[in-house]
Amino acid sequence: MTKSTIQTHHKDHQEAITSDKTVFGFWVYLMTDLLMFAVLFAAYSVLHGNIFDGPGGREIFNLPFALSETLILLTSSFTCGLAILAVRQNNKNQVFLWFGITFLLGLSFLGLELSEFSKLVKEGNTWQRSAFLSSFFTLVATHGLHITVGLFWLSLCMIKMKTQGLTKGITRKLTLFSLFWHFLDIVWIFIFTIVYLMGAL
Amino acid sequence: MEKFILGNLTWSSLPHEWFTLGGTGAFIALTIGVIALLTYLKRWKWLWKEWLTSTDPKKIGVMYIIVAFLMFLRGGLDAVMIWSQQILGAGNSPGFLGATHGYLSADHFQQIFTAHGDIMVFFVTMGFLFGLINLIVPLQIGARDLAFPFLNSLGFWLYLAGVVMINMFFVLGGEFAPTGWLAVAPLSELQFNPGVGVDYWIWSLQISGLGTLIGGINFVVTILKMRAPGMTLMRMPMFTWASLMGMMLVISIFPILAMTIILLTMDRFFGMHFFTLDNGGNAMMYWNLIWMWGHPEVYVLIIPVFGIYSEIVSTFAQKKVFGYTSLLIAVGAITVLSFSVWLHHFFTMGAGADVNAFFGIMTMFIAIPTGVQIINWLFTMFRGRIIFASPIYWFFGFVSTFTFGGMAGVLMALPPVDFQVHNSLFLVAHFHTMIVGGALFGIFAGFTYWFPKVFGFKLNERIGKWAFWTWLVGFFVSFVPLYILGMMGATRRLDHIDASTGWQYLFMVSLVGVIIIMIAVGLQILQLIVSIIQRKQNQDLTGDPWNGRSLEWATASPPPFYNFAVIPPVHSREAFWDIKKEKVKKVKYEDIELPKNTAMGIYISGFVFLFGLAMVWHATLFAIIGLVGAIGCVILRTFDDNTEYILTAAEVEKIEKKVWDKS
Repeated sequence: MTKSTIQTHHKDHQEAITSDKTVFGFWVYLMTDLLMFAVLFAAYSVLHGNIFDGPGGREIFNLPFALSETLILLTSSFTCGLAILAVRQNNKNQVFLWFGITFLLGLSFLGLELSEFSKLVKEGNTWQRSAFLSSFFTLVATHGLHITVGLFWLSLCMIKMKTQGLTKGITRKLTLFSLFWHFLDIVWIFIFTIVYLMGAL
Repeated sequence: MEKFILGNLTWSSLPHEWFTLGGTGAFIALTIGVIALLTYLKRWKWLWKEWLTSTDPKKIGVMYIIVAFLMFLRGGLDAVMIWSQQILGAGNSPGFLGATHGYLSADHFQQIFTAHGDIMVFFVTMGFLFGLINLIVPLQIGARDLAFPFLNSLGFWLYLAGVVMINMFFVLGGEFAPTGWLAVAPLSELQFNPGVGVDYWIWSLQISGLGTLIGGINFVVTILKMRAPGMTLMRMPMFTWASLMGMMLVISIFPILAMTIILLTMDRFFGMHFFTLDNGGNAMMYWNLIWMWGHPEVYVLIIPVFGIYSEIVSTFAQKKVFGYTSLLIAVGAITVLSFSVWLHHFFTMGAGADVNAFFGIMTMFIAIPTGVQIINWLFTMFRGRIIFASPIYWFFGFVSTFTFGGMAGVLMALPPVDFQVHNSLFLVAHFHTMIVGGALFGIFAGFTYWFPKVFGFKLNERIGKWAFWTWLVGFFVSFVPLYILGMMGATRRLDHIDASTGWQYLFMVSLVGVIIIMIAVGLQILQLIVSIIQRKQNQDLTGDPWNGRSLEWATASPPPFYNFAVIPPVHSREAFWDIKKEKVKKVKYEDIELPKNTAMGIYISGFVFLFGLAMVWHATLFAIIGLVGAIGCVILRTFDDNTEYILTAAEVEKIEKKVWDKS
């Protein structure tokens, strides 16, 4: 082996270690984030009956609407998975395509959520009205904020990829993004179940 | 427009009372002094390049300890003010300086009370511990740096931002939270505390808590992923194990704290109703959430310290630690059990006999693994040839205080007893016995023990022992009266005691104890000064001044910035003990990859600090600047691929020669 191949080998090895600990560290972060959501879920469970003359879940939740939100987010998770497969195959065009669709789906999810919020606020059911609404808005909006951060992150990665191509750094960031996105999907399924399904019953 | 820029901040809110002005004056004098000294010595560039922007855990550790020590003095001053008010405000003696009793108004007294608690827990004990963990854990596991060196720097700067925030009312005025160290709802709600005090509390803890969480993630990943080849989990030194457990707790509980504070913020800023009295809020939920964080938090303070004691006992008894596995199971059991006892902080909530009984029994369970540990340490010393150096003195002190305080804890775990002593000075005494006699003594022990490793010379042993004895005596003199007072019914946070209670003489005795403790702290400062002057005599040239057993002693003191030129081999639990027995082989150096210094941690936490401060005063413009700035810096850093550099083998050889040629 020549000196340069040894060095490349050494560098690859280093990359593998860095990538390994970054992904692991990100998993640990996701778990801490999950605990934050756990607090919100706990608060919601404690407070969801405290409607204080305001509307309860049955009056304000629209199940078909929430279901369509859910389906959109689940589909975006699927396209995100396809995009990661394309990253593995180093197929730049497909990466753009699938992440583009993911982005649009995420954006439409966010739009639906905001329209639901604005409808509630217009009807006078703001977060100030009752403890139930406070905990509802905080839980769902925290998830929405995460989605916003994810979209922002994804678009930055796409811009970087356009100029630099699929470098190791970008690949790693996209991997982390997909973890983050699937994580948000799981959290949403719990929100759908605990907030919307159980609330509308 | 003015509202948009400055929010609620006006000229009249600037500091104007004698106590805040005193603080303001001290702060300004200190700042000017430091700036003048640095300019005079032409050390600005050195400070920036070598220290402030460093990503080296050893330097970050030293910075943590310096900040924690300064905060220790500030928190100690608060304690002295609390005590002196209780003496001066007793009976019918007239107040002075505008107070009804004593020299502090009731509100000001409560603010000091809050500040003392928060500073001592978040900024002193946590700061010291993060400092020691930064200094020692990478060395103990044979690593050259942390998993995420930049995040470590960011964590430190966020911690510092929290420190500055809690002192900010000396600069910008307003007040501090008069709510107790946990700002329990509904007292901390807008209805009862419309001022900025609780907001200072919120943002100080939120920002420093974020730093702690980042640090916790970093150390968990570091310990799990960066160990030297051969160091399996079951070969890790006890301090590393204890730190791992402590950091596992950190990552499990600090999200709870962060979210609880966010919910309180929602109540105060957006008029939500999580913990309010009206519109269906539930204040007891705040108590539950904050103690779900708060109880494990006190174990975060003590568990790494258990590790320090294990190292010290083993080194100075000159034996390997007795029952490594059982010690480990004990620490692990304490870690897990700490999650199941939070309700014992409010047995009086009225959760019912069954719930109280469950939490009472779980609390008593914790005494079992703790006892196992103490027995492990005693057996480590059994038939050992104990060297009576000052670190082990602190251990002996700890055994007496901790057992004493622990029994008081088991007593209070009984719900009926707790109903009697709830919120009394008995509780205060118990808590201080555990945290001062347990955590702080251990921190002092660890500081003395590892000081030569970090700075290359030992601390003066004789003054160290004086300081220990003064501390121990002062501790008992000041806190035993509080146990008695608590039994007699004295509740905490009393700024005035009626003469008919007849408690004053016990408070007096307690104050004598505080004065003795002040002398002890003075001796510690003297010890530091004397040791620095005599550093040539106490120099450590071998890197192994105490005849240690774990890897931190395998490198020079102070260690070169890359820790180990060659990653040491690990074949057993006491890696360095093996190395010492082997013959030295000729070593071959290799290139080392190291993180570059970066100022991004300073910029990010600067912006975060600005955001927090703007939120305190509702200053919209600065809040936007802070938020956008912080996000922008994070993006810049994330997309910066050029964060490491290579130190070639030749350079390593040169540095190694220089390091070891001193001897």
